[in-house]
Amino acid sequence: MSQKTDAGTPASKGRSELGIAALLGAAGAVVLIDASRIAAPYSQTDVVGPRTMPIIIGCLLLVSAAALAIAVLRGSRGQAEEGEDVDLSHPSDWKTVVPLVGAFVLNILLIDAAGWVISGTLLFWGSVWALGSRHYIRDGLISLALALGTFYGFYFGLGIKLPAGILAGIL
Amino acid sequence: MDVFNLLMQGFSTALTPMNLLYACLGVLLGTAVGVLPGIGPAMAIALLLPITSNLEPTSALIMFAGIYYGGMYGGSTTSILLNTPGESSTVITAIEGHKMAKAGRAAQALATAAIGSFVAGTIGTALLATVAPFVVQFAVSLGPSSYLAIMVLGLLTVTAVLGASKIRGFASLGLGLAIGLVGMDPVSGQQRLTFGIPLLSDGVDIVVVAVAIFAVGEALWIAAHLRRQKLSIIPVGQPWMGKEDWKRSWKPWLRGTAFGFPFGAMPAGGAEVPTFLSYVTEKKLSRHPEEFGHGAIEGVAGPEAANNASAAGTLTPLLALGLPTNATAGVMLAALMTFGIQPGPLLFENEPVLVWGLIASLFIGNALLLLINLPMAPVWAKLLRIPRPYLYAGILFFATLGAFAVNMQAFDLILLLVLGALGFAMRRYGLPVLPLIIGLILGPRLEGQLRKSLQLSGGDVSGLFNEPVGVVTYILVAVLLALPLFIRLWRKFGPQKPGAMHVEDQINA
Repeated sequence: MSQKTDAGTPASKGRSELGIAALLGAAGAVVLIDASRIAAPYSQTDVVGPRTMPIIIGCLLLVSAAALAIAVLRGSRGQAEEGEDVDLSHPSDWKTVVPLVGAFVLNILLIDAAGWVISGTLLFWGSVWALGSRHYIRDGLISLALALGTFYGFYFGLGIKLPAGILAGIL
Repeated sequence: MDVFNLLMQGFSTALTPMNLLYACLGVLLGTAVGVLPGIGPAMAIALLLPITSNLEPTSALIMFAGIYYGGMYGGSTTSILLNTPGESSTVITAIEGHKMAKAGRAAQALATAAIGSFVAGTIGTALLATVAPFVVQFAVSLGPSSYLAIMVLGLLTVTAVLGASKIRGFASLGLGLAIGLVGMDPVSGQQRLTFGIPLLSDGVDIVVVAVAIFAVGEALWIAAHLRRQKLSIIPVGQPWMGKEDWKRSWKPWLRGTAFGFPFGAMPAGGAEVPTFLSYVTEKKLSRHPEEFGHGAIEGVAGPEAANNASAAGTLTPLLALGLPTNATAGVMLAALMTFGIQPGPLLFENEPVLVWGLIASLFIGNALLLLINLPMAPVWAKLLRIPRPYLYAGILFFATLGAFAVNMQAFDLILLLVLGALGFAMRRYGLPVLPLIIGLILGPRLEGQLRKSLQLSGGDVSGLFNEPVGVVTYILVAVLLALPLFIRLWRKFGPQKPGAMHVEDQINA
C-alpha cells in the first residue's frame, strides 16, 4: 500500500523524484546545521532547550530523504494529484507555468513602486493571457476593474491601505 | 453544565442579524467553491483569512463553518454532474451518482445527496453538541504530557494512516514542522532558521503558508495540466425524489451518519474510510444489488450522509482538544490562532459565546444549505462552465492580495512564490499537503507541551509517561505504527483471501 506505483501517467516516468529526496536531505541538513549553531546554556526551567526539536525534525527529514531515495530507486513513484480540471495525459505545460510565474514576479517587483492598481492589473491580465485567453481588451477591462475594486474595497471596507504607488494622489 | 441552555444561548448569538448574514455568506461561498473545480473549502478559508482578521472572531468562524459545510454540498453536485470528483471524500458519491445522472436520474441523485447531507449534518451537529462537552470534561484534567501524546497521535495518524504513501507523508510532515521552527524561539529567545533575515524572526505567517500551499501551488499545478477539451456536464432540472426514492434513501442516510461521525471525530478521521464503508454496506444490504454500478440511489444516499456526518465529527476534536484532522479544520484552527484565541479544552470555558454560537450556526447553516441547494441546483451547475483562465487567474490574484495584506510586505509574496513552488512539486510527486499544514500548526504547540512536561518533572524523562492517558495513547501510536507490518506478515503467511481491496478494485469488481 505504501509502495503504490502508478505507471499510467507520464508524470511517473523517470527518476526526477530523486530531486525531491535531495531537497528533503538539504532541508534536513540546514535544520541540523542551524541547530548546532544555537548556543543555549543549560537551564533548570527549560531542560528541553531550543535545540531538541530542530534535531528531531532534522533527523526526520534526513531519514525520509533516504527512505524516499531508496523507494524511488526500487521503482516507487509518487502519484501526481488529480482533479476536475487536471489532465495528466500530457506532461507539465511549462508554456503556461513560466508566464504565470513571470506575471507573479512582475507583481512582486512593481507592487510597492507602481502600486497595487497597476501591478494587480498586470498580474491578472498576464495570468489570464498565460492560461490561454485571447480577449485582450475585455481581459484588460476586467483586470483593471478587479484591481481598482479590491483597492477601494480594502480601503473603505477593511481599512487596509494597499500601496497606491505612482498613482498616489490620483486614487 | 446544561448543554441545552448553552445551545439556546448559542442560537441567540447565531441569530443576530450580523451573524446570520455571515452564515448565509458562508454557505453561499461554500457551495460555490464546492461546485467550482480546483477550489475547495480549505483554500477558500485560507484566501479569506487575511480579510477576516478585522472581523469579530465569532462571525468569522460562523462564516468559515458555513463554507466547510457548504463545500460538502457543492462537492456532491460536481461529482454527480461531472464524474471527476475534486475531493477524495466525494469519490464514492461520483460512482453511483454519475451513473444515475447519465441514466436521466440526476434530479433524484442531487436530491438524495442534499437531503441526506441535511439529515446527516443535523444529526452530526447534535452529536457534536452532546459529545464535545464530555470530551472537554475529560480533557481539562489532563496534564501537558497527555496532550503531547495526543498531539503525537494526531500527527502520526494524519501522516501515516491517511494517504497512499507513508514515506511521502513523513517527508511532508518534516517540511511542515521545519517551517514551523522558523523564527524566534518563544522560551529561550534564540533565532532559529532565520538566516539573519530580520523579517523571518516573527516566523513564517501561517496564512502565507496556507495560501501558498493550497491556492498558489494548486493553481500552478492545474495550470500545468489544464484540461483543454470541454468537460461533458449533464444538464439538470429541479432536484426531486419520488416515494420509492425516499423509501430507499432514509435508511442509508442514517447508516451513513453512523459511519461518518465516529470516523470524523477520531484523530485519524477523514471522510474516505466512512464513505467507502457506507458504500460497501449499502451494496450488501440493498434489495437491488444488481443496480450497484449502474446508478443505485442507496450508493449516493449513504456515502453522502457519511461525508457530511464526518465533517461534523471533525469539529469535535477541533473544538474540544484543538486537534485538527483535515485540511479545512487545520485552516480553521489557524484562523482561531490569528484571532489570538488559544485552542484546546479551555476553549469551551473561555469562549462559550463563540463555541456555542458556532455550533448553533451549524444547525442554521445546514437548513440554509438545504434551501439553497434543492431549488437552485441548476444555477449552481452553471458555475461549472466558468472560463478556466478567469478562475485560475482569479485564484492567483486573490492569493497575492491576501498574502500581501497580512503584513503589507512584498517579502511575503516572495515566500508565497517559493512555498507555492513547493506546493506544486508536492502535487507533482505525490507528497500529501495535509501533514505539512497540520505539522506546521501543531509543531510549535507540541514543542511547548514537551517543554512544559519536562519542566514539571525537572528534566526527568519519566515526566512524559506520568499519566495513564498519555501512556495509553503512546501504546495506540505504537500499534498504529506496527499494524502495517503485521498486515504484511499476515498477507504473506496467513490464509489467502482477497482481504482489504483497494477502493478502485472494489468498484471495478
